[in-house]
Amino acid sequence: MSEQGNAIETNGLTKSFPGVRAVDRLSFAVRRGEIFGLVGPDGAGKTTTMRMLAGVLAPDEGSATVAGFDMARDAESAKHRISYMPQRFGLYDELTVDENIRFYADLFGVPRREREGRSAELLQAAGMAEFRSRLAGKLSGGMKQKLGLVCALIHTPEVILLDEPTNGVDPVSRRDFWRILYTLLDQGVTILTTTAYLDEAERCHRVALLHEGRMLFCDTPANLKASLPGAVLSIVCADPRPIRELLTGQPGISTMMIVGDGLHLVVHDPQRMVPELRSRIESAGLPVDTIEQVAPSIEDLFVEAVQGDRGGKP
Amino acid sequence: MSEESPAVVVQDLVKRFGDFVAVDGISLQASRGEIFGFLGPNGAGKSTTIRMLCGLLRPSSGKALVAGLDVAREPERVRQNIGYMSQKFSLYNDLKVIENLRFFAGMYSVSAANLKERIDWAIDMAGLTGREQLLTGTLAAGWKQRLALGCAVLHRPPIVFLDEPTSGVDPISRRLFWELIHRMADDGVTVFVTTHYMDEAEYCNRLVLIDRGRIVAYGSPLELKLKSMEGDLLLLECDQVGKALEELQQAPEVTDAAIFGHALHLVVPQADRAIPQVKAFLSGRGIGVSRIEQIRPTLEDVFVSLTSLKGKREKEQVQP
Repeated sequence: MSEQGNAIETNGLTKSFPGVRAVDRLSFAVRRGEIFGLVGPDGAGKTTTMRMLAGVLAPDEGSATVAGFDMARDAESAKHRISYMPQRFGLYDELTVDENIRFYADLFGVPRREREGRSAELLQAAGMAEFRSRLAGKLSGGMKQKLGLVCALIHTPEVILLDEPTNGVDPVSRRDFWRILYTLLDQGVTILTTTAYLDEAERCHRVALLHEGRMLFCDTPANLKASLPGAVLSIVCADPRPIRELLTGQPGISTMMIVGDGLHLVVHDPQRMVPELRSRIESAGLPVDTIEQVAPSIEDLFVEAVQGDRGGKP
Repeated sequence: MSEESPAVVVQDLVKRFGDFVAVDGISLQASRGEIFGFLGPNGAGKSTTIRMLCGLLRPSSGKALVAGLDVAREPERVRQNIGYMSQKFSLYNDLKVIENLRFFAGMYSVSAANLKERIDWAIDMAGLTGREQLLTGTLAAGWKQRLALGCAVLHRPPIVFLDEPTSGVDPISRRLFWELIHRMADDGVTVFVTTHYMDEAEYCNRLVLIDRGRIVAYGSPLELKLKSMEGDLLLLECDQVGKALEELQQAPEVTDAAIFGHALHLVVPQADRAIPQVKAFLSGRGIGVSRIEQIRPTLEDVFVSLTSLKGKREKEQVQP
C-alpha cells in the first residue's frame, strides 16, 4: 500500500468513451475503516470509477490501488480481498435466498464450516432471517438489494465497493442497509459507495462530489455544508411567486427556488437579511409566514459550485 | 369541471388482490394547481392508488373522481384527461426530438389545429429550441426529462402524474424541472408526484404518507416535520459512534437511533428530559458526548418514524 492507512487510492484516474471523458483526472484516497461516498448525478462518472476500482475496466491514464493491489495489473490477486456489488447484482430469481448465498459462497471459495455462521449473521443484520427459503424473485426491491449485499459480503472482504446500492430503495430499507454498512465498519472493513441521492451523502464519513467526470469537492459532509458561501433562508408562505418577483435582482441574494412550503434563498448575510426581507415583503402587502435560516443541503452546495463554474448560468 | 371543484376526490378507496388489501380505505382531495406528493415504502399501496386514479385499475370499493370523472365508470375519459410521466421517461431514443413530440401528440389525439402551437409550446417550455432535429438518445438527462414532461402534457391535461421524475438528474436540471412544475401548477394543473426521494417531496405543497394501504400522515412538508413525528429528534456527537449505537439500543429513553456519518440521530419521547438521561447513560458506559441537541426532523426522519414497525411491515412488504 502506497500510503499507510489508505485502503483505496486513485491517482489521475482517467477514462474516455467516444465523445465523452467519463472520468477526468480523479484523485482521492479512502482511509481504512472509512465509509466514503462518490456522490453525483447520473453521468458524473461514478459507475465508471467503480468499474476501474473493481478491476473490470482498464483506465486510459492514472492508477487505482485497492487493498494494496494495482487494479489495472493485479485485479485477479485482489479478488478475495475485495467485494464489488454492481448496480445489477446477479441474483438468481428462481433460487431461494439461501441458495443464492450458497452459490456466492462457492464462487468465492468460502469454507463450508464458516459460511453457515457468516450467512446467519448477515441475514440477521439484514432483517431477513425469516426469508431464507423465499425465492429471490419474490422479494421486494429493498430486500433484493439487501440480499445482494449479503451475497457480496459472504467472503468477509477488506474493501467493499457498492455501486448505487440504495437506488430505488425506500427510506426505511435504506436505513437498514446503512445500519448493516456501519456494523461492517466495526469489523474493520472499508466501504466505498456511490449514490445519486445527494442527501444520502450525509451518511458517509467523507464524500467526493462528482460532476461530469471531475471532482468538485472532497470532505466531510459537515465541512462541505459549512463551506457554502452564505446561508440558506426559508420563507414560508402560501404564494411564493410574487415574493420571488419582488426580490429578483435584490443584492445579497444569489439563488431563489420555489419549494412546497414557499421559497428558499441563498443569501450572503442572513442576520441582516431576515428582518430586511420581512419588511420588504410586508410593505409590498404580500402575506408571509416565517423567515428563518435553515441548514444547507449538499444539493445547495452542488448547485452553487456548478453555477459558479458556468458563470452563474444554469 | 367548475373552477372551484377539487381536481381529485378520493373517498374510502379500497383495492383487494385476493385476500390481500393493497389499498385500505384511502380518502383525499387535491385542489386545482396543487402539487401533491405521495410517499410510502415499497408495497405500501402507492402505485396501486395511482393506477386506480389513472383509470388503469378498477377499485374494489369506494370512489375516485379525477377531473370530475368517475375512474370506475369512465376510465377511458379519465385517461384522456391525465398526463403520465414515468421515471424511465418512455421516450423513443432513436427518434428525433420533434418526432417524439409528434408521436405523443398523435397518441393523445391533439387536434391538427392545435398541433403546431402545442409542439412549439413544449419545445419552448423544455428549452429545446434549436435542438428539434437532434436524436433524443443523444440528449443529456435533464433535457430528456423536460422533453418527457412536454410529451406528457401536450394534450393539456388538468392532472399530471409524475413517478420519481427527477431521480438521478443533476441538481441544476432538477431545479429547472421543478420550476416548470410549479409554473404548470400556477396555471391550474394538479400534479401528483410519487417518490422515494425526500428532497423531491420538499417541492410538493402537500404530502400524503401511505403505509400498509392506509394514510398515516398528511400535510405540507413543514407541517409534517413539525407535527407528525412521534417524539423529538436529537443530534448526538460522541466518541465510538458504533459502540454508542449498540449501547443505546438498551437505553429506555431512546426509541430509535441511526448513524449519520460521525453523528447519531436519536428519537426520544421528550428532548429536555432525554438529553441529560442520554448523557448519563453514555458516560456510565465510558462514552464521552461532545454534542447533544434537539434538531428539526427531516422528512426522512418523519417517514421512517411513521412507517417503521419494521418486522411487521417487512412481512407484508413482500408482494403476494
